Amino acid sequence: MSGLIKSSIARKVAMALSGLFLVFFLLQHFSINFTSIFSPETFNELSHFMGTNPLVQFVLQPILIFGVVFHFVMGFVLEIRNRNARAVKYAKYNGGSNSSWMSRNMIFSGLVILAFLGLHFYDFWIPEMVHKYVEFAPEDATRYYPELVEKFVSPVRVGLYVVSFVFLALHLWHGFASSFQSVGFNNKYSVAATKFAKAFAVVIPLGFIIIALVLHFNHNH
Amino acid sequence: MSILDSKIPEGPLAEKWTKHKNSINLVNPANKRNIDIIVVGTGLAGGSAAATLAELGYNVKTFCYQDSPRRAHSIAAQGGINASKNYQGDGDSDYRLFYDTIKGGDYRSREANVYRLAEVSGNIIDQCVAQGVPFAREYGGLLDNRSFGGVLVSRTFYAKGQTGQQLLLGAYSAMNRQINRGKIVPHNRHEMLDLVLVDGKARGIIARNLVTGEIERHSAHAVVLATGGYGNVFYLSTNAMGSNVMAAWRAHRRGAFFANPCFTQIHPTCIPVSGDHQSKLTLMSESLRNDGRIWVPKKKEDAEAIRAGKLKPTELSEDERDYYLERRYPAFGNLVPRDVASRAAKERCDAGFGVNKTGEAVYLDFASAIERYGKEKAYTSGIANPSKEEITKLGEEIIEAKYGNLFQMYEKIVDQNPYKTPMMIYPAVHYTMGGLWVDYNLQTTVPGCYAAGEANFSDHGANRLGASALMQGLADGYFVLPYTIGDYLSQDIRTGKIPTDSPEFDQAEKDVKERLEKLLNGSGKHSVDYYHKKLGKIMWNKCGMSRNEKELKEAIEEIAALRKDFWENVKVPGTAEGVNSELEKAGRVADFLELGELFAKDALDRNESCGGHFREESVEQEGEQKGEALRDDENYMYVSAWEYKGEPKDAVLHKEELNYENIEVKTRSYK
Amino acid sequence: MNLTLKIWRQKDANSEGKMVDYPISGIEGDMSFLEMLDVLNEQLINKGEEPVVFDHDCREGICGSCSLQINGEPHGPDRLVTTCQLHMRMFNDGDTIFIEPFRAKAFPVIKDLMVDRSAFDRIQQAGGYVSVNTSGNTIDANAIPIEKENADDAFAAATCIGCGACVAACKNASAMLFTSAKVSQYALLPQGQVEATDRVLAMVKQMDDEGFGNCTNTGACEIECPKGISLENIARMNREYLSASLKG
Repeated sequence: MSGLIKSSIARKVAMALSGLFLVFFLLQHFSINFTSIFSPETFNELSHFMGTNPLVQFVLQPILIFGVVFHFVMGFVLEIRNRNARAVKYAKYNGGSNSSWMSRNMIFSGLVILAFLGLHFYDFWIPEMVHKYVEFAPEDATRYYPELVEKFVSPVRVGLYVVSFVFLALHLWHGFASSFQSVGFNNKYSVAATKFAKAFAVVIPLGFIIIALVLHFNHNH
Repeated sequence: MSILDSKIPEGPLAEKWTKHKNSINLVNPANKRNIDIIVVGTGLAGGSAAATLAELGYNVKTFCYQDSPRRAHSIAAQGGINASKNYQGDGDSDYRLFYDTIKGGDYRSREANVYRLAEVSGNIIDQCVAQGVPFAREYGGLLDNRSFGGVLVSRTFYAKGQTGQQLLLGAYSAMNRQINRGKIVPHNRHEMLDLVLVDGKARGIIARNLVTGEIERHSAHAVVLATGGYGNVFYLSTNAMGSNVMAAWRAHRRGAFFANPCFTQIHPTCIPVSGDHQSKLTLMSESLRNDGRIWVPKKKEDAEAIRAGKLKPTELSEDERDYYLERRYPAFGNLVPRDVASRAAKERCDAGFGVNKTGEAVYLDFASAIERYGKEKAYTSGIANPSKEEITKLGEEIIEAKYGNLFQMYEKIVDQNPYKTPMMIYPAVHYTMGGLWVDYNLQTTVPGCYAAGEANFSDHGANRLGASALMQGLADGYFVLPYTIGDYLSQDIRTGKIPTDSPEFDQAEKDVKERLEKLLNGSGKHSVDYYHKKLGKIMWNKCGMSRNEKELKEAIEEIAALRKDFWENVKVPGTAEGVNSELEKAGRVADFLELGELFAKDALDRNESCGGHFREESVEQEGEQKGEALRDDENYMYVSAWEYKGEPKDAVLHKEELNYENIEVKTRSYK
Repeated sequence: MNLTLKIWRQKDANSEGKMVDYPISGIEGDMSFLEMLDVLNEQLINKGEEPVVFDHDCREGICGSCSLQINGEPHGPDRLVTTCQLHMRMFNDGDTIFIEPFRAKAFPVIKDLMVDRSAFDRIQQAGGYVSVNTSGNTIDANAIPIEKENADDAFAAATCIGCGACVAACKNASAMLFTSAKVSQYALLPQGQVEATDRVLAMVKQMDDEGFGNCTNTGACEIECPKGISLENIARMNREYLSASLKG
């Protein structure tokens, strides 16, 4: 994939654009999920729409998957290239003095997110695909909420989700704001944009954590 | 007639250069492709010469000891570059710049060269702007100027405190363009170790690859030396650690005359030496003297108490301070020329009034400027009855805007806050006006060997004005050499490539290798730095800011003895293969040990005080100027050009008489 | 001050290197870091050992020769200074100081602490100039007024000394700050506009070919840059590059 995009800046921009796309998706995903904690009906409606709309299913979903795969593959490619750019490592490297942990460890936060995606696909996406396109099970517009709640019964799974969201926050903390710089956006609005991005990086994952916890404790009640 | 022919063109001063350019021989473009030129040194003079010669179509090879041409020491020039643009409409002209330069040089430079310098100065600015050099600008978008060095007009263009860097990067970018076109082949991390003469003409160099240690032969139809000055003969100077005289000295030994070696500029505003470990001195822009007041304590006891750390300068009242420049030179005060300010500081410190632990420092105090600016600012901002704190705060802000980077640098080095306590300064060796003797065409006495920039002696006489070094380097490289060298090379269009397997190259390479071998085989008693420091002490104490016959004679003896000791006992570890920085240093110091002696000999010969050269025997005996430098135009209005004859003590003096037809010779007075 | 120095020693480009310990005493706070190394070298020479090789020249923070990764940071722990202006008062008695060369594949070690930074020269040669001849007939310097803010920004970008600290600090050994500073200087000036498209493409290509890593916006370069070159320059180069690519 990196062969297609040869220059370092083009790769960086591609990384930023795919990241921004995923950020947008995250916002959308969050908005829908958030309804689950106060209105199961709305949640069901929205989920039904997303799950059955052909545009979403056959156009947006493949684009999303491509975006995710692209972002990951490119991330690995960049990481390997960057490691190769310094063949002999420093005996002492004080990265903490000049850069944030988040910015230096995107590959690790990214790997945690990748692992989480595996779990998440296993929990939702694969059953969903099997339900719709393998078993051709009859569509039930009210099934989404109960399926969701059921997943958050296990405290282990909730714990894994919470940890993953923390890493998502760390990843976004650097990644979102940094994507502006990558696409060349640096002007008098940058400070505000960065603040927004950092706020987003905290609020959205925190929101996901809250959703997971609310669903978990509501059920156990 | 002396054997020195300066080749100054006939005709009125203002027309000489144009007429000369019109009458010299040219090389046609097709022939230029067959001509090779070596440029040693890639600072402002060398870099600009290399770029321009390559543009013209010659095949240029550049050499520098640094890892990149961009690091040449021109980069360290802070203040600015003069040009007679008269953008400020304050009456500047080529003639005024010419006049100021001659007068500033205390009537020891050549009229025709200096006028040409002034004439092309405007072109330099045009050229640099076209290259993208980011000079300071006003809000209207036009170039800003400042005044500099006590002249009466604002003609200095600048790029904050980094003018030298920006100009050098401009020349380096022009070089890069030619490197990209294949017209310049750069040899970085190479040091020229000898000049090769074939049939009496400069035809190449022997260079050492400083990475592999290999000794290389490079041939060319002409060789340009733009290798800077020799201030490091003093060990401590504001020059870069690597700055050296080797290329010029090697050329001198091959027949190029060395002119006015004793003309050295000592800069008054440097950060004082803090101890024996000191490796170099840091200059702070002379612009500081626009706002700083220089003083020492009036009473010796106070100075002693300050040195012992028992008293703080801020505790001394106005009455207890001696603003000695204001006292001695009421007209110019703290803005007297560099040489005058430097000697005055030395005089006070020698008399026991120095203020740091070594006793060699005076104060440069901004307190009154802070107060003055603070009050002005308070007034213009409409603050009624400002408190002392408010005034200080506002004043400090103004000072920070003007000199912030210098203050920050000072604080990093000295660890004292110059806003709160006076700065300490002391003079340091900064620039050498002397150098290889060149004619109007910048050719040395070796045909085909040219010298440009600080490496030659041509334009600054006995003292250089502020912001003129950059001007001269670029004038030589961009606008003078490319013309004059063509005149010489026009004889060489049929010569063809110069072979490097000739007996002359064999011999030169053999000499170089033997010399390296000898350096590596010293008995190993003392390091190179040991000798360099010793030489520096002799130079500073006996050939420094003020000189007398007795000490100069001693210096000659001492340097000769030190040189002998050096060759017998120096310790250079390692081998001639690969990187060997001690070997590099040893070669440079070996040449300094010869130059130092010639320096003292030249200073001894010149029994007058002029510009940066002050002979204690030659001072005004009476009148208002009593005790000040006394120039002797009757006996010393000449350029001393020394011919190498083996030992420095045997050097033969040739005099180039100086004629002033367009300017009235006057006494410099700053009272 | 008594210190323990851990210094990278490597005979030449083809040899293996290793960290070697050197105890040193009698160091004063007023010494610069390089003067402290001078003291060590003097001692080594007197013992008949080879001195530690390092690049240095002007020793006033402007030539960009000195390098050194000191305790894991280029030019050491102080900010806005080069190693030659780093003073020993930044350290305490008894400290152990790691001294390593600037490390990057594109900066191979020549000997000990000396590295080859000619990759930077080649990036400049690829397009870091305005193609104007030295004819002496260029237009008058004041013929093109330049907005003061742009002139100041161009100057700020042009203050880069090419030391390589940005590369050394970057976890990816990326040369984006260096390259972007030059691209920015010309992008901000009318003189640079004519060749802007080719310049940014050529310089970025050369930068990539030299084997520097990619920028991941950690910002370490800006913090460690002795001249405080801003990250804005990287954003500007990204913009310039994108628009140049689109123009083809």
